[in-house]
Amino acid sequence: MGTHAELEAIVDRYSGESTALLQILREAQEIEGWLPPATLTCLARLLEMPRARVEGVAGFYSFLHIERAGRYRVLFSDNITDRMAGNSELLDRFCNSLWLERGKTSEDGLALVDTTSCTGMCDQGPAMLVNGWAIPQLTPARVDEVAELIRSHTPVEDWPAALFQIEDNIHRSDMLLDASLEPGAAIRAAATSGPLATLEAIQCSNLRGRGGAGFATGLKWQSCRNATGDMHYVVCNADEGEPGTFKDRVLLTRYADLVFEGMTVCAFVIGARKGFLYLRGEYRHLLAPLQEVLARRRSDGLLGNDICGQPGFEFDIDIHLGAGAYICGEESALIESLEGRRGIPRNRPPYPVTHGYLQQPTTVNNVETFCAAALIALRGGEWYAGIGTGKSTGTKVLSVSGDCVRPGIYEYPFGVTVRQVLEDCGAQRTQAVQISGPSGTCIDATEFERRIAFEDLPTAGAFMVFDESRDIFEVASNFVHFFAHESCGFCTPCRVGTTLLRNVIDKLHKGKGSQHDLNQIFKLSRLLQSASHCGLGHTACNPLLDTIKRFRPAYERRLESLEFEPAFDLDGALERARAMTGRDDAGAHLRTDE
Amino acid sequence: MTAEGKTASFQLDGATVPFEPGQTVIQAALAAGHYIPHLCYHPEFKPHGSCRVCTVEVDGRTVASCTLQAQDGMEVLSQSDRLRKEHQTLVQMLFVEGNHFCPSCEQSGNCRLQAVAYDLDIMSAELDHLFPNRPVDASHPEILLEFNRCILCELCVRASAEVDGKNVFALSGRGITKHLIVNAESGRLADTDIAVTDKAMEVCPVGVILRKGVGFRVPIGERRFDRQPISAQAREDAPRRPTTGNEDST
Amino acid sequence: MNDAAQPKVRVATTSLAGCFGCHMSFLDIDERLFELLERIEFDRSPFTDIKHCGPCDVGLIEGGICNADNVHVLREFRKNCKILVAVGACAVNGGLPAQRNHIDLGECLEEVYVTEISLAKGCIPNDPELPLPLDKVHPLHEVVKIDYFLPGCPPTADAIWKFLTDLLAGRTPHLGHGLIHYD
Repeated sequence: MGTHAELEAIVDRYSGESTALLQILREAQEIEGWLPPATLTCLARLLEMPRARVEGVAGFYSFLHIERAGRYRVLFSDNITDRMAGNSELLDRFCNSLWLERGKTSEDGLALVDTTSCTGMCDQGPAMLVNGWAIPQLTPARVDEVAELIRSHTPVEDWPAALFQIEDNIHRSDMLLDASLEPGAAIRAAATSGPLATLEAIQCSNLRGRGGAGFATGLKWQSCRNATGDMHYVVCNADEGEPGTFKDRVLLTRYADLVFEGMTVCAFVIGARKGFLYLRGEYRHLLAPLQEVLARRRSDGLLGNDICGQPGFEFDIDIHLGAGAYICGEESALIESLEGRRGIPRNRPPYPVTHGYLQQPTTVNNVETFCAAALIALRGGEWYAGIGTGKSTGTKVLSVSGDCVRPGIYEYPFGVTVRQVLEDCGAQRTQAVQISGPSGTCIDATEFERRIAFEDLPTAGAFMVFDESRDIFEVASNFVHFFAHESCGFCTPCRVGTTLLRNVIDKLHKGKGSQHDLNQIFKLSRLLQSASHCGLGHTACNPLLDTIKRFRPAYERRLESLEFEPAFDLDGALERARAMTGRDDAGAHLRTDE
Repeated sequence: MTAEGKTASFQLDGATVPFEPGQTVIQAALAAGHYIPHLCYHPEFKPHGSCRVCTVEVDGRTVASCTLQAQDGMEVLSQSDRLRKEHQTLVQMLFVEGNHFCPSCEQSGNCRLQAVAYDLDIMSAELDHLFPNRPVDASHPEILLEFNRCILCELCVRASAEVDGKNVFALSGRGITKHLIVNAESGRLADTDIAVTDKAMEVCPVGVILRKGVGFRVPIGERRFDRQPISAQAREDAPRRPTTGNEDST
Repeated sequence: MNDAAQPKVRVATTSLAGCFGCHMSFLDIDERLFELLERIEFDRSPFTDIKHCGPCDVGLIEGGICNADNVHVLREFRKNCKILVAVGACAVNGGLPAQRNHIDLGECLEEVYVTEISLAKGCIPNDPELPLPLDKVHPLHEVVKIDYFLPGCPPTADAIWKFLTDLLAGRTPHLGHGLIHYD
């Protein structure tokens, strides 16, 4: 374990606050690459928390290891776009090169190689994370290079910077990405017109949340402003976990000032003095640059006390780094995580606007929403309302990936057709587009005239393109595995249902399915939609239902029979006994066609 | 009471159920003797809505009745064919998720999972079993932990934290790997400060937390749910003030 | 229902990975057996010693699936029986034999035939006459489609009687409180 002094120093850096548990665990893990039992015990003592709670939190997040994980933790991003770009072959190559077995820490404690959910590099995949640091554009040569660096025990901080070079790939910009805002301009505009007029501008703009659900931002801010509490909080949800989405990565890389500006405007409107940016662990590389921006803004008087010379306007922002949990993108789970707990969605009502962080009024908005809010504060609500469609004002930043010539970031006014986006990104012979990631909608070629807008195809930004060469079943299978891995496990239908769905899809994948299995999918899906605790469970079956509806033959050709097939591979179940007895006679096998 | 001074009430499957302010639908229903199937709800604890077995329908929306605040005039459905099927599948999921071998379980006949399943006429789990590997913890001289039967209701977690003030139990892992852990570096119950008189000892709805040496005392036929189906014992689960640990533990 | 001209319902029974306890419980319906035999006749069953199943109306299967032979018998029943019933805990959820499922089969065989003193003289038997064990024990419904389930370890004679009389009368079998039990 880390020495007591090392751990004490980490805990002290966070003032011994139990709300910082996740941050403390993350830093404690840096010492040895994992969190040994004695480390958890020591942290529990220092934080005066029950040890079991500390272990429970450590056991929840994918990037925290409570079992020995090796000096190098290498996680291959496993989104369908990584798959399409050949990540499986690269992973095998990498494992072979290092003589490692996937998912098992090497005997010498050198490395652990495994897969992880989409890391938000779909425009430059396949990608991996090494000890949390993103490496995109993997090729056989780059994978070999990484393997060599590990073999030579080179510390990650000494690896060539070129490995970690991440592109922004902005291919179409509109009013948001074109905005060149002088830092502080939006805050000064808000300060000049006052909080109520600023709120009015947000309301008049009809800005809706960019995380996908599309809740009216003005209404959220107003409810939060009106809610009574000791403290109000602003939280920026940068836990961009939806597979296929990476626009927040670019916004935080290139437009960090705009994001913080929007958060500060929000703080001004709702009366908050404290804000958090919840940054997904996959974007670890953005932490230091973002902290530099925050430091600069503090020294420029844009954060801290008397912001922009406004007496009494006091606000500051902390960055909280996640640790590999898609569910923390759900705002109440995000708040739980911010408080240093397992990321379990809360029962609602009450909603975060009245009972959020530490049960105080809290406004949680998406990165892009804050960017838009800053522009509205500066240029007015009417200007903004004039862009887009009636029910979807403004623009949407899309993360385009998959089968197209120019994957990357595209900003359009709301109302753009899918066909237009496909043309602009150079997609050809497109079979299907997954809008808004696995939890969104999969559409086929008959629907490309549909529009990106809350009233037609709402989206958090993901736009994954699949051409005619792709097997849509593989797409659905990847997403089903994603949800099973990311279910928080709180409620029965999602915890068990996503795993049962995964097992059914694996059975179909082996060509061993029957009509009975399709019926099981429908039965489980209905239950997930109806009885789950939160949106993850409600949407976990979307990829299956959408693709069975539109691409049914992709499933049917995987059926072994129309009636019923065993739940498991009968002959495979005899393999162990054959090995133990050395038998291989006819009686030592079970045929499926009997 | 409503503003007009009459008792506030809602409709549950056509029956009028009065409620007190702050009560959730299941609390009011059980207090009035109307059964809604449930597992993670306990009359002495704040409902948290994880098992979803108490799912009901209100205005076409399905919600967990244990966390749903009762409202005057609300129309709640708990017994439609569709809901019954959902309740069945949820309970079946809990059966295939663990290893529930009733014939060897000393809680059989007193087990709520079993009783709820009987009441829903569940003849088989029907789903494919996951057969997880969950070793038992027999380290404690007086208490056995049989994790195979855990349905992750968190009642022991809540009881130990809120009533016993000990935090003996917690949950770790995520998704299907979520599991109960104990408050010890060794991971062994013997190294915690649990006591047989703890509240956490008496809240397990299934047969995970067992006092050694006292099993099978009540003969078959006289166990709690042999006598009456769980649906006929709704009032037993009417919300009540929390009591501290096992006063009658002998 | 008591029409003498009505052909008898042909019933087959077998015990797979079970203990015959369910069959014993079946016999426990005692004098009601006479009434039952007015209505049914047995095909393959330990009661008749018929070795293979012919076309039947109802197949009652006790025990789960622990080896290759169990799979063959189960398939024979499924092929021949219009209605297939999983009878008892082992058939319904694997029951007692499934308690080995968390142990690796290799270790299990080593323990039984090699480590412990046994008749096999320290080696795992490999006679082709012996059915090979599956790595895990499974309930019937994971191998073939099952039409009805009758839980219990064993189901009581009254439960079996209620179940069969419902089935013979063309009603969906319903046990209700007191008769439905898993232990």
